[in-house]
Amino acid sequence: MQGLMQPWPWWLSGILIGLTVPLLYLLAGKAFGISTSLQEIGALCSPHSKLEYFAKFDRKANLWTIVFAVGIAIGAFVATHFLSADPKPFLPASMESVSGAIKLLIGGFLIGFGTRYAGGCTSGHSITGISNLNWPSVLATVCFFAGGLAVTWGLGGWLF
Amino acid sequence: METTTETNDRQPRGQAKQATSPAAYLMVLLMGAYLGILFSKSEVAHWQRIHDMFLFREAHMYLIIVTAIVVAMLSMQIIKRFQIRSIEGKPIKYSPKPYQTGVVIGGMLFGAGWAITGACPGPIYAQIGGGQPMALFTLVGALLGMFSYAALKPKLPH
Repeated sequence: MQGLMQPWPWWLSGILIGLTVPLLYLLAGKAFGISTSLQEIGALCSPHSKLEYFAKFDRKANLWTIVFAVGIAIGAFVATHFLSADPKPFLPASMESVSGAIKLLIGGFLIGFGTRYAGGCTSGHSITGISNLNWPSVLATVCFFAGGLAVTWGLGGWLF
Repeated sequence: METTTETNDRQPRGQAKQATSPAAYLMVLLMGAYLGILFSKSEVAHWQRIHDMFLFREAHMYLIIVTAIVVAMLSMQIIKRFQIRSIEGKPIKYSPKPYQTGVVIGGMLFGAGWAITGACPGPIYAQIGGGQPMALFTLVGALLGMFSYAALKPKLPH
């Protein structure tokens, strides 16, 4: 019980996160991926949009992605309030400022635009895609790291 | 180039179009909670962990990602080898995400956003649920980015 309340080790975390792929297929018949939930929110918010990205999107078949996202938020709430002896804040204190809000807004924009343009994120491409030997997902993952490394090493001194 | 889950016409003939049953929605919710707990307890939703990953300061994130991929890959091999079906009897079939220019350009833009915010899409929801109100800015940004992509999609190379 003591260990449970501390951060979990990488091997336990890695195994359990990896099991999400077969469990979600077996229990619900769904392919693990999270960024489609952004498109689902967009499509639900604009029911009469003529944009092909929303008009041709099956809102009903993808509704589960929002339920999944809500579940993630509930799980994080449970972990923070009932499963952590000393919960650490997710973001550094320096982000709790106007400049922090602007950084999060811009970074968030890049996440939304980038994952939708790439057709997936760390879950859909890096975990589900690579584990199904889908080579564009390997390339996508290399590019995720190329972008992250470039920003961290190139603009890090100025940004953080 | 969106993969529209299992309503694709890749089903064998005679398979009815699959609506999500209430039981499947419940499973999705529980699996989401499972993952939300994991995102928090493994600290993959923590900005500092992402930052230390990109700075090569620690192996934590790399070990988690590689372990998760290996476990998922072995699981998929077992599912394919024994043609295991979902509990509702549906065949389990991965629809490959195709290559297009966006995989490279979008991928790099997302990576940049991941480094700045310390979140990929799943952890955004985890940070909000875990009581980090500033993460709402990340979510609003992500939605603006998604709407911008929707509007610009016809003009972008794919």
